[in-house]
Amino acid sequence: MAEEVKLFKTWSTPFGLRVVWALKLKGIQYDAIDEDLSNKSALLLQYNPVYKKVPVLVHNGKPISESLVILEYIDETWKQNPILPQDPLEKARERFWAKFNDEKLLPSIWGVFTKEGKEREEAIADSLENLQFVEEELTGKKFFGGEKIGLADLVFGWLAYLICVFEEVTGLKIIDERFPLLLAWIQEFSELPIIKDNFPPHDKLIIRYQAFYEKYHPAK
Amino acid sequence: MEDEVVLLDLWASPFAIRVKIALEEKGIKYECKQEDLFNKSHLLLEMNPIHKKIPVLIHNGKPISESLIIVQYIDQVWNHKSPLLPSDPYQRSQALFWADYIDKKIYGIGRRIWMGKEDQEEAKEELIQTFKTIERELGDKLYFGGESIGYVDVALVPFTSWFYTYETCANCGIEAACPKLIAWAKRCKENESVSKALTDPLEIYGYLLQLKKRLELQ
Repeated sequence: MAEEVKLFKTWSTPFGLRVVWALKLKGIQYDAIDEDLSNKSALLLQYNPVYKKVPVLVHNGKPISESLVILEYIDETWKQNPILPQDPLEKARERFWAKFNDEKLLPSIWGVFTKEGKEREEAIADSLENLQFVEEELTGKKFFGGEKIGLADLVFGWLAYLICVFEEVTGLKIIDERFPLLLAWIQEFSELPIIKDNFPPHDKLIIRYQAFYEKYHPAK
Repeated sequence: MEDEVVLLDLWASPFAIRVKIALEEKGIKYECKQEDLFNKSHLLLEMNPIHKKIPVLIHNGKPISESLIIVQYIDQVWNHKSPLLPSDPYQRSQALFWADYIDKKIYGIGRRIWMGKEDQEEAKEELIQTFKTIERELGDKLYFGGESIGYVDVALVPFTSWFYTYETCANCGIEAACPKLIAWAKRCKENESVSKALTDPLEIYGYLLQLKKRLELQ
């Protein structure tokens, strides 16, 4: 039976992009459906009634939601170029860092972007602490996955193209020379063709995040 | 070489109970070390330096943190009996999805109920809606795992000891709203792995009242 793979996403979502990278890495053909989140399609609402969010992967008519769940599904279904190792401890480590990004790192950096005054100071302190943990994890490694990229690399991947956008819009330096391993990782990761070929357009991101910034920091 | 399995634990933690149920299901012998969250041991800080939280499973000296990640680890390593996750990738993805949903919702919403602040009424509504969604997913199955307990059952059942607290604090009406879920909870307790690990609802209520006082003092 011919495979039918659809991916519901938006042009800018980093959660959708990690799924795109996984699909490209494994050479899986798929149809991309870019949603307008202010006007969600009936199909999206049908496929993800619980959260009504992107990304959603639909494989032969069966939907899977939540990007980390989707990534595990992709890795189990298509065995070439694995993103998770076989060893249980190594697997647990990759999952730990993926969760760390989504639950700690990303929210703390988003806090730097959106908050003001004392709350921003706290977000900056949290971000620096979180970045330091990530920096240490890279000790002796080219990628989080070792010699090749894995789940954690795909999940941290947003740092490679979105941090510079945040820095440009806010005028703040978020990843500076205190994080040489992270800066080196961003360089290595960004040089991989399947990664950089799928970065959302930088200028479009600047416009988008500039608009967000103005919303969170209205001129007084 | 015999396996050395240690669990850094807090008796009241529903997250630690998930791990205990998984270990019991697989028949694994382990040593349980009680932590005090207001006075964390050196071992905890060394084994989970990033989050400094329990549960932590230490297997032959190597730590694994985050309860669901630990349960997945246990399921993979001790795969000789009682599989908790389905082998079919799609069924597996659905189990991961629902356990993640439980993680995103129950503790946080529940906390707003037992902390008893202005958002308690709103939290009560959200909790009932969450349980209704979960109950729909259960459907007419005996367990979320089908004929026997599985990953989602393990993820959710520890919170059933907290229903008494939710009812006492905010009169949630869980039994009236979700009778199938209550029946499922009773059925789970017929499994020794669950009944051994679950905490007593009254003890949890006492614990949470104490915790609330301590948090308010901070």
